[in-house]
Amino acid sequence: MSSAHAGLPFWRRYIFSTDHKVIGIQYILTAVFMALVAVGLSVLIRMQMTWPVRLWPIMEQLLPTAYEGGALKPEFYLTMVTMHGTIMVFFVISLALVSGVGNFIIPLQVGARDMAYPFLNMLSYWTIVPACLIMLASFFVEGGAAAGGWTSYPPLSALPGALPGSGLGQTLWILGMALFIVSFTMGSLNFATTILNLRTKGMSLMRMPLTVWTLLVSSVLGILAFPPLTAAAIMLLLDRHGGTSFFLPEGLVLGGNVLAYEGGTPLLFQHLFWFLGHPEVYVLVLPALGIAFDVVATFGRRPVFGYRTTVWALIVAAVLSMIVWGHHMFTSGMNPYLGEYFSIVTVLITLPFAVIGVNLVASLWRADIRLTTAMLFAIGIISAVGTGGLGGLWLGTAASDIYFHSSVFVVGHFHFMIGVVTSFGIFAAIYYWFPKMFGRHMNETLGKIHFWLTISSVFPAFIGMHYLGLGGALRRVYDPTYYEYVRPLQEMNVWITFLLFVAIAGQLVFFVNLFRSLFWGTRAEANPWNGATLEWTTPSPAPHLNWNEPPTVYGGPYQYRVNGVGGYVAQHTPPEEIKCPVGPHEG
Amino acid sequence: MSQADMTSSTISWEGGVSPFGMSWQKLMMWVFLVTDALLFAGFLASYLFIRLANGTWPDQGDVFNMPLIGLMTFILITSSATMATAVGSAHRGNLKSAIRFVSYTALGGAIFLGLQATEWTQIIHEGARLSSNPWGPSAFSSFFFMITGFHGTHVLIGVGILITTALRARAGKATSEGVELVGLYWHFVDLIWVFIFTTFYLI
Repeated sequence: MSSAHAGLPFWRRYIFSTDHKVIGIQYILTAVFMALVAVGLSVLIRMQMTWPVRLWPIMEQLLPTAYEGGALKPEFYLTMVTMHGTIMVFFVISLALVSGVGNFIIPLQVGARDMAYPFLNMLSYWTIVPACLIMLASFFVEGGAAAGGWTSYPPLSALPGALPGSGLGQTLWILGMALFIVSFTMGSLNFATTILNLRTKGMSLMRMPLTVWTLLVSSVLGILAFPPLTAAAIMLLLDRHGGTSFFLPEGLVLGGNVLAYEGGTPLLFQHLFWFLGHPEVYVLVLPALGIAFDVVATFGRRPVFGYRTTVWALIVAAVLSMIVWGHHMFTSGMNPYLGEYFSIVTVLITLPFAVIGVNLVASLWRADIRLTTAMLFAIGIISAVGTGGLGGLWLGTAASDIYFHSSVFVVGHFHFMIGVVTSFGIFAAIYYWFPKMFGRHMNETLGKIHFWLTISSVFPAFIGMHYLGLGGALRRVYDPTYYEYVRPLQEMNVWITFLLFVAIAGQLVFFVNLFRSLFWGTRAEANPWNGATLEWTTPSPAPHLNWNEPPTVYGGPYQYRVNGVGGYVAQHTPPEEIKCPVGPHEG
Repeated sequence: MSQADMTSSTISWEGGVSPFGMSWQKLMMWVFLVTDALLFAGFLASYLFIRLANGTWPDQGDVFNMPLIGLMTFILITSSATMATAVGSAHRGNLKSAIRFVSYTALGGAIFLGLQATEWTQIIHEGARLSSNPWGPSAFSSFFFMITGFHGTHVLIGVGILITTALRARAGKATSEGVELVGLYWHFVDLIWVFIFTTFYLI
C-alpha cells in the first residue's frame, strides 16, 4: 500500500474508494448479491414450470402476496420472468463481467496507475447501488415489480393499468434502468479513455492483451448503443405520465374503455430497444471471449493463434452488431423486405465469430495445456459459444425464426450466449485473477468440482430447452401443460429443473471456495501462473496505484514458448535481456 | 484522494499516448458528443418513423412562424462564428478578445432561447399541448415539445458554461483548451439545430 492510500480512513479506502481495483471488486460483490436474487427467481420460475398446478402452502407462508392460497399468481409469474431477465442481464452479467473485471484489469494490463477519471469511476459505482436498490424495492410496491418482460414492450409497459406490475413497479423499472444507463455510460467513457490515453510506454494497441481489446470494443459499443435507449426511455415515460402517444396506437381498449391514444406505434419502441439490445449482447459476450484468449494462452503456454485477425474480427463483429437489431423483430409486423436485409447481415456475423472461434480452438493446438480451473472454464466458453452460436443461425434467419420466435428455443439459445458464456467468463476471470485481487489462491479441487457440476448441468438443461422449443413450447407461459400438444414434453421440464438444482449446488461450492480462499487460501506470489502480461509484474495483491513507475513494454502479450518449452518472455522484458534467439512473434 | 496522490498519479500517467494525439479532456468531450448525438439521432429517427407511420401530417408553413424560425437559426449560426473567433483568439493568447467573443456567443445563445420561448408561447396559445394539438396527429406536438425542449436545454446549459468560461477567463483561470472544449460543445449544439431545422421545419 502506498503511504498516501494507507493514510486514508477505512471508508475512503474500501467504501467510497477511487482505486480501480477496489471498485472492480465492489462491482463483482454487488453482482454476486444481485445474482442471489436472480437465481432465487429462477428457482421459483422452474418450480412453476415443473409443477404448474401444485399448491405450495410453504410458499404461502414465505411470500403471502405472490402465493395466495398456495398457488402462484399468474401476474407474479410474469414479474419473476421480467425481473430475472432484467437483473441477470443488467445487474449481474454487466456489473461483474464488464464493470467489475474491466475495472480491475484494464489499468493493470495497460500499465496505468488507475483509471483516467478515478472520481467518475467511484461515481459510476455509487450510481449503480441506488439502481440495484430501486430494482429490489420495486418488488414491494403495490402491484409488484415490472411484469412486461425484460424488453418492456409497450403497450404493457406504457399503460399503467395494463398489468398489476405496469403501475409503480414499471415506473421504478424505468428509473432503475435510467440510473444503470448513466452509470454504465460513465464506466464505458472511463474504460475507452483509459485504454486509449493511459497506456504505458511501448504498449501499442496491437500489444494489448485481448481482454483489453474486447473491453475497448464493448465500451465503444455501449457508448453508441445506450443513448437511443435513453431516448426510448424518455418517450416511454412521457407516454406513461405525459399523455403522449409515441408508442401507443389508436383504438387500444383497456378494461372495456377505448383509450384516447392515437398515431403512435409499439414497433418504434422495439426498433429503439433492439438497437441497444443486440449490441448489448456483444458488450457482454466479447469480454468473456477476451478473457478466454488470455487464460488459454497462459495455461496453454503458447501464443494465441491469429492475434491480429482476432482483433479485426472483433471490430467487424462490433460494427455488424449495430446493424442487425431487426432479427429480434421478424414477427413484429416489420416490412418483410427489411426482414430479408436483417437475415443477411445477421448471417454475415457468423464470419467474424467463426474467425474468433477457430482462433480460440487453434490456440489449443499443440499447446502444453494445464487444466487449472480457470482453463477449464475458458475451454467451457469455447464450447458454449459454439453450441449457442449454432442455435443463433436458426434464429437469425427469418424463415426459421418465424417458427422459433417466442419459443423456449430462444430461451435456450440466449441462456447459452449471455448465460453460460458470460458466467464462465466471470468464473474464469475470478479463478485466474483471484491471486492478483487478494494475494491468495482459490482452492483448485473445489474449483474443479464447481466447474464439473456447472458444465454438466447447464449444457443439458439449455440444450433441453432447444428441444422444448422445437416441440412448440412457448416462453413466458404460466402453465406449460395448458397446451395439449406440448404436454408430452413436460418430463423435459422436470429434468431441466433437476439440472438447475445441480447447477445451484455447484455455485454453493463456488461460494464456499470464494470465502474460504479469501481468508485461508494459500498465499500467492506475484506471478503464480507465469503470465507474460503486465498485471503479473505487480505484487499480489496489487498495491494502490499499482506501480511507482509503470513498466515499459517491449513486446506482445502472448510471448510464450519463445525460448524453449515452457519459457516465456514477459511484455516488459527488454530485448537485450532475452536469452535465447526469439522467433517471429506477435506485436 | 489526497494532494500527494494527485501529483504522483499525474506525473506517472504521462507514459500513455493517445492514437488521436489529443488530451483526455478533449477525447472525453468528443465521446460525450457522440453519445449526445446518438440521443438526438434516436429522437429524430423516431420522429421520422412516426411521421411516416401517420398518413397525414400538418403543413409546417401553416403552424410555425417561419420568419421567426429563420431568425433563430441565423442567430445560432452567427453565434457559432463568434465562438470560432473566441477559440482562435484564445489559441493566439489574446485573452481580451477571447472573453469578448465568448460573451457575444453567450448573448447569441440567450437571444435564441428568448425567441424559442416566444415560439413556444405562440404555439401553446394556439392550443398545442404535449399530448394534443389542433393541426393533426398528437405526435406532431409531442415531438415538437420534446425535441426542441431537449435542444433548448442544451443551449441553456451551453449559455451557462459560456458565462462560466468568460468569468473564469477574467479571473485568469481558463485555459485555451478549456475555451476550445466549450467551442466543441457549442458547435455541436448548433449542428443539432441544423438537423432539427431540416427535419422538423423544412421537409
